[in-house]
Amino acid sequence: MPNVLIYGEIKAGKLKKSAFELASEGRKLADKLGGSLEAVMAGAQSEQYASELAKYGVDKVYVLDSADLETYNSEYYAQALAQVINDKKPEIVLLGHSMQGKDLAPRLAAKLGVAVIADCIGFELEDGKLIGNHPMYAGKCFTKWQALASPQIATARPNVLEVTENSKAGEVEKIAFSADKSRPTYQTKDLNLDTSGKVDLTEAEIIISGGRGMGGDDYTLLEEMAAIFGPAATVGASRAAVDAGWRKHADQVGQTGKTVTPNLYIACGISGSIQHLAGMGSSKVIVAINKDGEAPIFTKADYGIVGDLFKIVPEMNKELKELLAE
Amino acid sequence: MKSVVCLKQVPDTETQIKVNAEGTGIATDGVKYVINPYDEFSVEEALRMKEKKKAGDVTIVAIGPSRATEAIRTALAMGADKGVHIDDEQVNNADPYTVAQTLAAAIKGLEYDVIFCGHRAIDDDFGESGAILAELLGLPQVTLVSKIEVSDDKKSAVAERDVEGGKETVEVSLPCVFTSQKGLNEPRYASLPGIMKAKKKPIDKKTLADLGVTPDPKIKPLSFSMPSERTAGKKFEGLEPAEAARTVVQALRNEAKII
Ligand SMILES: Cc1cc2nc3c(=O)[nH]c(=O)nc-3n(C[C@H](O)[C@H](O)[C@H](O)COP(=O)(O)OP(=O)(O)OC[C@H]3O[C@@H](n4cnc5c(N)ncnc54)[C@H](O)[C@@H]3O)c2cc1C
Ligand SMILES: Nc1ncnc2c1ncn2[C@@H]1O[C@H](COP(=O)(O)O)[C@@H](O)[C@H]1O
Repeated sequence: MPNVLIYGEIKAGKLKKSAFELASEGRKLADKLGGSLEAVMAGAQSEQYASELAKYGVDKVYVLDSADLETYNSEYYAQALAQVINDKKPEIVLLGHSMQGKDLAPRLAAKLGVAVIADCIGFELEDGKLIGNHPMYAGKCFTKWQALASPQIATARPNVLEVTENSKAGEVEKIAFSADKSRPTYQTKDLNLDTSGKVDLTEAEIIISGGRGMGGDDYTLLEEMAAIFGPAATVGASRAAVDAGWRKHADQVGQTGKTVTPNLYIACGISGSIQHLAGMGSSKVIVAINKDGEAPIFTKADYGIVGDLFKIVPEMNKELKELLAE
Repeated sequence: MKSVVCLKQVPDTETQIKVNAEGTGIATDGVKYVINPYDEFSVEEALRMKEKKKAGDVTIVAIGPSRATEAIRTALAMGADKGVHIDDEQVNNADPYTVAQTLAAAIKGLEYDVIFCGHRAIDDDFGESGAILAELLGLPQVTLVSKIEVSDDKKSAVAERDVEGGKETVEVSLPCVFTSQKGLNEPRYASLPGIMKAKKKPIDKKTLADLGVTPDPKIKPLSFSMPSERTAGKKFEGLEPAEAARTVVQALRNEAKII
């Protein structure tokens, strides 16, 4: 049976939203292939999410219950997923293109002797073969890639695939796993995570970015706006701001930073260089605030305000607070 | 410290990418090529390791057409010692599996304590060759590294890597494959004496046949297309800040229906 398997990533004990995106997409692919949709999750505590996955179309959930999988490790997780895949033989395997997915998917693929159609924003089937739509050059062009070997592995960009409910059984099967420790890997010594619960840039629904026009490292105005929008919003930056040391590297949007696709991108004091536009040009709606009416960012913005961001952002925060309080 | 740096030559980030008439790739006329920015971090880190340990060498391994020689020369001018250039039609535009397989074959004959890849090439944006290479060589991978500290006996390293929402510190035995992330270092520029010296440094040319690799692609590109061109929307100029703010916030709610 040509089945589809998705990987449900657990972050800080919670199932990530991308798992529902993968499930919804996986359901469609499985229906077209006439197979079932299965999910795999690591960690005993992940069993509690089986019913949630079932809501989005998952027929069967494999729970890898193993002490070796308590902390994420590329080698052990890849071994565990490879074991499930070799045993259950899905035709298609989908993972999220998250920080973990980027690390795990190629290692897993190599163990199975295949490559990953990475960072896809859409999928199709042709003669039962998976085709992934993969943006290249940070989104300056799109390419369609076809898998030539089995299993067909792809990662999907977070926040792009549509989530649709479609209740299925979501029956749980526990799978024992013990890592082959003869394969060398690293040991995690320390995990220093931001516990503020802020979403990662690549998964944020709303991004408020500040560039050189911020004039310094005080991003309070933008942080305030993000707080008004709520937990799905976060603050980004241009490379100029990162290079100036105002923001962390992890906050950089663009061709050598992160490619983002939020519903709403608000660029404050950012000119709109080709490298910056490459990273955020696929955002659904773009707002630009810049005092230079000729700034290239305005050619891509759905809504542009020509003016001083220090005068405009506080007014927007006031408006947003009122509107969103309703 | 002996390092191998896998280096790809890619179009400059300034390039206005256009798809060729056949839709089979990008139009290459007038494109300026540079070292993949993440691979530049790798070169710099390898040089710093060699300088710190006051011993060893840095080997550049690049797959690509003849123009890729320029990228290798630039790395040699930065201070790397020698290059391996695999120039073969069958792999110059290959899928990441074939690329990793070819890199693995080229690296097998070399001596090394660490191998560097970029965490992704900014042309194909796959970000997978490093991890596949590590698996093919049976080495650990430490991806997205922004800091590396090698132990005195060169048998292990402590590295910091980016994870979602923070950093992870890991300890790894060497050899291993690191994939470089921004923040690792500030790459140096090639000096004039460096450029002169680079001209005499060896670049070993190889084909797939030399390496005994038979390509067996696992994924293939079907078509290339341009994203729908974004056009300028509404621009508000000359409004009072409060009025401009209200107009746009209302439009986001009522017109774009996004908030
Ligand atoms: C290899 C390479 C890779 C790169 N990768 C990236 C990348 O990934 N991401 C990235 O962002 N850049 C990248 N860049 C850098 C890029 O070329 C630009 O230099 C950078 O994006 C500029 O940042 P900026 O828009 O913040 O600054 P600027 O271009 O200096 O623009 C600042 C803007 O702020 C406006 N402004 C000033 N004060 C105010 C105010 N009070 N109110 C409103 N507006 C104001 C100005 O009018 C101006 O338009 C890369 C460059 C290279 C060479
Ligand atoms: N043609 C190539 N020659 C040498 N190294 C490469 C090549 N392609 C990819 N790599 C290495 O693999 C990394 C990731 O590339 P990719 O998987 O294509 O995004 C790059 O940063 C390089 O270090």
